[in-house]
Amino acid sequence: MGRRVLSVLEPDHRSGPGLTRRTDWFPVLKLELEGITKRFGSLLANDHIDLVVEPGEIHSLLGENGAGKSTLMNVLYGLYNPTEGRILVDGKPVNFKGPGDAMDAGIGMVHQHFMLIPVFTVAENVALGNEATHAGGMLNLEETRRKIREISDKYGFHVDPDALVEDLPVGVQQRVEIIKALVRDAEVLILDEPTAVLTPQETDELIDIMAQLKANGTSIVFISHKLREVKAVSDLITVIRRGKVVGTAEPSASTAELASLMVGRAVSLTLDKEDATPGEKTFQVTDLKVTAANGHRVVDGVSFDVARGEVLAVAGVQGNGQTELTEAVLGLQDHVSGSIKLEGRELVGRSIKQVLAAGVGFVPEDRTVDGLVGPFTIAENMVLDMYDRPPYAKGLGMKPKVIADHARQKVEEFDVRTSGIESAVGTLSGGNQQKVVLARELSRSLKLFIASQPTRGLDVGSIEFVHKRIITERDNGTPVMIVSTELDEVAEIADRVAVMYQGTLMGIVPGDTSRDVLGLMMAGMSAEDAKAQPRTEHPMETGGPAGIDDRHDGPDDESGERGGDK
Amino acid sequence: MSRSDDGNRRDDDDQRDPDFGQDENRARADVETGGGREPLPAVPAEAQSGEVEPQQDRGRSILKEIFQGGSLVSILAIVLSLVLGGLLIAITNERVADAASYFFARPTDTLVAAWEAASNSYVALFQGAIFNPRASDFQGMIFPFTETLAVATPLILAGLGVALAFRAGLFNIGAQGQIIIGATMAAWVGFTLDLPWGVHLLLVMLAGIIGGGLWAGIAGLLKARTGAHEVILTIMLNYIAIHLLQFLLTTESFQRPGASNPISPQLDQTAMYPRLFGDAFRLHWGFIVAIGATVLVWWLLHRSTIGFEFRAVGANPYASKTAGISVAKGYTLVMIIAGALAGLAGVAQVSGTEGVLTDGVAASFGFDAITVALLGRSKPWGTFFAGLLFGAFRAGGVTMQTLTGTPIDIVLVVQSMIVLFIAAPPLVRAIFRIHEDGDGRKDKRRRKSERQTVKAGGAA
Amino acid sequence: MSAPVTSPQGQAPELDTVRDWKNPIIYAIFAVVGLVGFAFNAPGTTATFDISAGRDAVQLAPVVVPTVPVGWACALILIAIAVFSFLQTQAGRKDPRWMPIAYAIVFVVGFLVWVVGGANKTDVSLVGLLAGSVTMAVPLIFGSLSGVLSERVGVINIAIEGQLLAGAFAAAVAASISGNVYVGMLAAAIAGVLVSVVLAVFSIKYLVNQIIVGVVLNVLVSGLTGFLFSTVLSRDSATWNSPPSLPVIQIPVLEHIPILGGILFRQTIVGYLMYAAVIITYIGLFHTKWGLRVRSVGEHPKAADTLGIKVNFTRAHNVMLGGAVAGLGGSFFTLVSVSQFTKDMTAGQGYIALAAMIFGRWNPIWAFFAALLFGFATNLRFVLSILGTPVPGEFLAMLPYVVTIVAVAGLVGRSRPPAANGTPYIKG
Repeated sequence: MGRRVLSVLEPDHRSGPGLTRRTDWFPVLKLELEGITKRFGSLLANDHIDLVVEPGEIHSLLGENGAGKSTLMNVLYGLYNPTEGRILVDGKPVNFKGPGDAMDAGIGMVHQHFMLIPVFTVAENVALGNEATHAGGMLNLEETRRKIREISDKYGFHVDPDALVEDLPVGVQQRVEIIKALVRDAEVLILDEPTAVLTPQETDELIDIMAQLKANGTSIVFISHKLREVKAVSDLITVIRRGKVVGTAEPSASTAELASLMVGRAVSLTLDKEDATPGEKTFQVTDLKVTAANGHRVVDGVSFDVARGEVLAVAGVQGNGQTELTEAVLGLQDHVSGSIKLEGRELVGRSIKQVLAAGVGFVPEDRTVDGLVGPFTIAENMVLDMYDRPPYAKGLGMKPKVIADHARQKVEEFDVRTSGIESAVGTLSGGNQQKVVLARELSRSLKLFIASQPTRGLDVGSIEFVHKRIITERDNGTPVMIVSTELDEVAEIADRVAVMYQGTLMGIVPGDTSRDVLGLMMAGMSAEDAKAQPRTEHPMETGGPAGIDDRHDGPDDESGERGGDK
Repeated sequence: MSRSDDGNRRDDDDQRDPDFGQDENRARADVETGGGREPLPAVPAEAQSGEVEPQQDRGRSILKEIFQGGSLVSILAIVLSLVLGGLLIAITNERVADAASYFFARPTDTLVAAWEAASNSYVALFQGAIFNPRASDFQGMIFPFTETLAVATPLILAGLGVALAFRAGLFNIGAQGQIIIGATMAAWVGFTLDLPWGVHLLLVMLAGIIGGGLWAGIAGLLKARTGAHEVILTIMLNYIAIHLLQFLLTTESFQRPGASNPISPQLDQTAMYPRLFGDAFRLHWGFIVAIGATVLVWWLLHRSTIGFEFRAVGANPYASKTAGISVAKGYTLVMIIAGALAGLAGVAQVSGTEGVLTDGVAASFGFDAITVALLGRSKPWGTFFAGLLFGAFRAGGVTMQTLTGTPIDIVLVVQSMIVLFIAAPPLVRAIFRIHEDGDGRKDKRRRKSERQTVKAGGAA
Repeated sequence: MSAPVTSPQGQAPELDTVRDWKNPIIYAIFAVVGLVGFAFNAPGTTATFDISAGRDAVQLAPVVVPTVPVGWACALILIAIAVFSFLQTQAGRKDPRWMPIAYAIVFVVGFLVWVVGGANKTDVSLVGLLAGSVTMAVPLIFGSLSGVLSERVGVINIAIEGQLLAGAFAAAVAASISGNVYVGMLAAAIAGVLVSVVLAVFSIKYLVNQIIVGVVLNVLVSGLTGFLFSTVLSRDSATWNSPPSLPVIQIPVLEHIPILGGILFRQTIVGYLMYAAVIITYIGLFHTKWGLRVRSVGEHPKAADTLGIKVNFTRAHNVMLGGAVAGLGGSFFTLVSVSQFTKDMTAGQGYIALAAMIFGRWNPIWAFFAALLFGFATNLRFVLSILGTPVPGEFLAMLPYVVTIVAVAGLVGRSRPPAANGTPYIKG
């Protein structure tokens, strides 16, 4: 399926390695990693990794969550000392004692979690560590501002040097990170999962920026687990699995090839699920408004309903009010108006305990912070919201034996890999932690199931498991509401999709709506306008299967057409 | 926990926007604080879970546990602190100083003097705390131990209060004030009301519980409602309490008739704890209350739903809130119970040993209670035994000061060093050159190979 | 868990009203106190405030204030502010920033007039009162600067008390032995650094909880100085514990400026150093390369690390610098205020300094003013006990602590400490 589409994917301005290299007048840098091994205690994060980044190349590092990509880049950037192995710059071995050395050698990095200080201005952030000063160590921010404007103009970044970083949208924050690297004359730029926080449109802009950078002689190491993007931007792809390099590929390699290389087995590209058989609409949200403590209206007049036996996915870029929407249902938000009805009962104004007791199962977005008590045992976490009711407690006294039995049973049922139910939950892997949360929430009889970013940070095996459980719950006749920023996931499990933008719903569309329509809606276009939009302009518009989770190509006629358009 | 890669990509997410704390509780936990905003509770995990290294193989032997676990470190920390305290005693000793003036002529004099200074002090400490072999009769011999228990009683009770609050993630620095208010209310009931045996003492205890609980409850409530940091609140409440007591002791209802100094009337006999072993010993029923309180706190923490809430709130308030546990209620309730325990410590003072109310009623028990709770790693029985140890120091310290002239302040020094060392096991291990498991060796090898890598890099 | 939600596309988002009734309630409570106290219970006398000291160049006439009308006026203003605050909150608006300050000033004026009017001697020297406040505030200001320096890099400094006490002790001993006050000051700074080194080693290297280390350090220093005081110092106090006093340096001409002259320009060197330290810390933190790096370490240490800034080195450095500052402040106790060391003589001033730092929102200038406020409250107690007021001294003594509670529970509710305050930085 893939190859036909892939061949379309090479617009002229992003030609193969070599063509844009202008060694005659640009400083270039060749980077080599030899046998890099990094160990954390007993955990082998990187195992003898070899990697060569040619000057002026966009080199992708593809791997699952937890494969060891970020660790490798942190080694390269001098944040970690490698346990073994060495780094060569232009053929000369270097020893980075810290990021300062790496930066001096011409390496810049944009971290997955931005390394920006929220209460500083853009100029202060850019200056930090590289300050221009007057006599006596007094800051000369004017010099920094000038440099920012220069770079900003050159690449069309539109960044105000005096804006506070915390007030900037994530896309702009990312540009500030790129400016930080460029101000330091980075010749190799490491981008760690840069698209995770961006809208599809912002992602396209980023890809343009990468092309410009490459044209100016900057090499880029692009880290991602999204096949679509990797194939779209790379000159060469190195695939990492469990800390080892398992192969390199040209971007023309097929999605299935890359996916199986990355995961280590053939990945089933479709989730076995029956079509939804929606029943009665038992969950209704009407004109819901949520105001944050700082006065910002984060959810603004949202209305929708969910029927028994269907999955409604709320899509949108991170930070558009989806989180607050789910939190408002649970009673975690303080300033809520409107109505949330579950089987006719009003939930607004009830305590969290009452909402949970009303039959709401809730998987929070950030399991380590909101879902689990890290130092508590698995058994304790399994009853975190049921500890005070029979059979787990009688009066004030708890029943440790009942709780342990319950935990043992659930650990088996949900295949939680652990040395025992007395292990602290904080020691489990992300996937197993999520299974604990799911096991807890699904062990009550539910009238509504809400899961926020249910597979964030999980490996493919866990993702499959979580998706199956969600569908099972749906097929049991529970209304299910999922929040996801990953379109692949939305496409995978949604029966209907509600797209949120700046606190409002852009519309609710069927689950098989094409991703570019969803993308436009995520950027603030109404469903009608988005569908009417001609779709040719985006380089990322592959239309084909891109993420390994994207199992939609077959029945989705639009994608085939679009492939043909090009 | 592996910090390996994006597998835990949310784990170290420090980009959490502080302003975005629209969630009430999160805002609370985030608001300005004495120490600062804590994304997660301020109390260290080991203080909350009661474990140093929570993840350990269950299968290892008791012997290994003693030699490699926390127990060995605790014992070594105590030894180390005693040695350092001994050095301090020796250095400041007058005879040692005299002998040192001719050190190069007869160095042994100095060493002997130093040894004697330190050992005499510690022997006196032991005699005052555990067993006095020089006493004329058995009663005299064991008297010191009963003194230790009597002194330990308020320490254990207040220590339990501090420990309990720790487990809920709160730094209760306010045991001092809670003891004071508890003792004040208890004493007032004790010397003002005229009630029969039993009833009177029970009312006195109740008054102490209410007083302490109320005082701590203020801090808990303010913490829960406004997000003010409990460290600041409890410290301030300590000062307010002592000034309040000083004021009350100048008023008619509290000051002993005819007295010019700030002292209350004697508590009625009916308001006093009965002595455990007759009038020859000061040890009173308050000690039994302390044992009972320890059992109760253990049950509360490990077997009750309330304790589950406390521990959950302490370990992760966000997850607790999401699971329907009221963090505000948890904070308030845990402080009230902690204060009630400190109030009982106040009762142990006025109804147990002192018999009157003065502005020195709390001595420094409230602050010692913090070190007791830390030494006990916030576990009920750990706190109990830590209270006994510090009680012994305190009881013995008095004897030591009388017999050898070594000021009792040395006890403070030794106590605080013990807590510091225990909080930093790697330091103690480094001082005594012991390794954790076989890991030490592995570590070395790893470091070696690292160095080789570096060398190779540098040479090429 | 949520990404910054400040409207994804950067437009100014629509603001809703989030009502917070904390402030109006606090205002109302104290307005009632004012009404009952200053207005209904006005002593009916006049209160006299002398505003010129003998040495001033221009002698101003004392201000004589009738207690009843002024008491009523103050009470009414307090009520007005409380009502205004209620209305503001009702309408969903935030109180203007001047309001707490104005409220505090009016309350203090009302209180002063009431308490002086009710005293046996209804005549008080305002200059003396203010100058005394500054003097009282000196160690507090040094202490709060120590807190600022330390917490701006993310290390909670509860050990200010210990640093002050160690400084006081070292200054007394060193100045006594050497007979030189400046040696004493130097020793005080070194002693403060030593306390800080322990704080830094345990909290940064061994990752022990910073609050625990601070609390325990205070006990340790108290025990250590108390022990040495009882042994060495009291055995021969002529040698060990009779330091010379720091001379008061009067700046020519400037000292004769009415009111201000006596407050600002008749200080010991420690006093002048205090002003310098506040200004230098402020400029250093907010206008230099050093300050930018320091603040970045306290806000987002990982980000600082990725830019090649040595996080733990910076932290240790600043904590020690803070120790030196607080230690120097400690020398005030034994070289300026009393000429000998006594046990636990700092008497909790370190904790008040901590409160001043929080009150002052981790900013040197605001911490300075907050410390002045506490100094004022402390000094007021002494002045009023001399005048013989009806208010029991114990209540006046409580005042700073009550104010602190009100402050942390209400008025500074929304201030933001450095984001990484209290969290150790573990690399890799």
